[in-house]
Amino acid sequence: MSFEEKGRWAYMIVVLIVSAVYFAGVLGQVGVIPVSEIGYVRPMITAIIATIVATIVAYIVVAISAPSEADKKDERDKNINRFGESIGYSVLGLLILLPLGLAMAEFEPFWIANAIYLAGVLAATISSIVKIVAYRRGF
Amino acid sequence: MGKPTKVTNSIRALRFANDEMTQADLADRVGVTRQTIIAIEQGRYSPSLEMAFQVARAFSVPLDEVFRYPENNE
Repeated sequence: MSFEEKGRWAYMIVVLIVSAVYFAGVLGQVGVIPVSEIGYVRPMITAIIATIVATIVAYIVVAISAPSEADKKDERDKNINRFGESIGYSVLGLLILLPLGLAMAEFEPFWIANAIYLAGVLAATISSIVKIVAYRRGF
Repeated sequence: MGKPTKVTNSIRALRFANDEMTQADLADRVGVTRQTIIAIEQGRYSPSLEMAFQVARAFSVPLDEVFRYPENNE
């Protein structure tokens, strides 16, 4: 498995774990207290920063585990990355219609912000899956 | 996504004919990762024209001795 492929796995796992923890903590309060009183801003910012930091740490760990491959990236890696990103952007473009609709319907900012975050998480996850499948099955 | 390429290659045979060159050695000569050489060899990746020439040059043979494309779009 190349350094870039390991990186895709690391990023996807980080995104899934951090978002699962976030959604479990924040959405768990829905129905218990009014949505307008749920403090989601700090947890969401923390989740976004945690995703960035954990991904960087994961890349460093992957690089240390196989130093000889750490700086190797070729045209196949670039092509797979470009392909995965294009799918990810398409997914994001589609999913962003959900918070747009929520905003037009004047839902609570809580739902709009979380729908945007969910769209980002799903787009990142699908993009990562596409890249990993491309690495595994061919491209 | 992941469509199998129609391009076939003789990289494996050429490696063995060249003092059993390893995939890692070929990767170093071409300037790509070993995983990319494996993917090309197994028909899971169709390289760019430039990379295809580099692979052929690593074996000192013409391009069509390394890569072939079926006729009549079979």
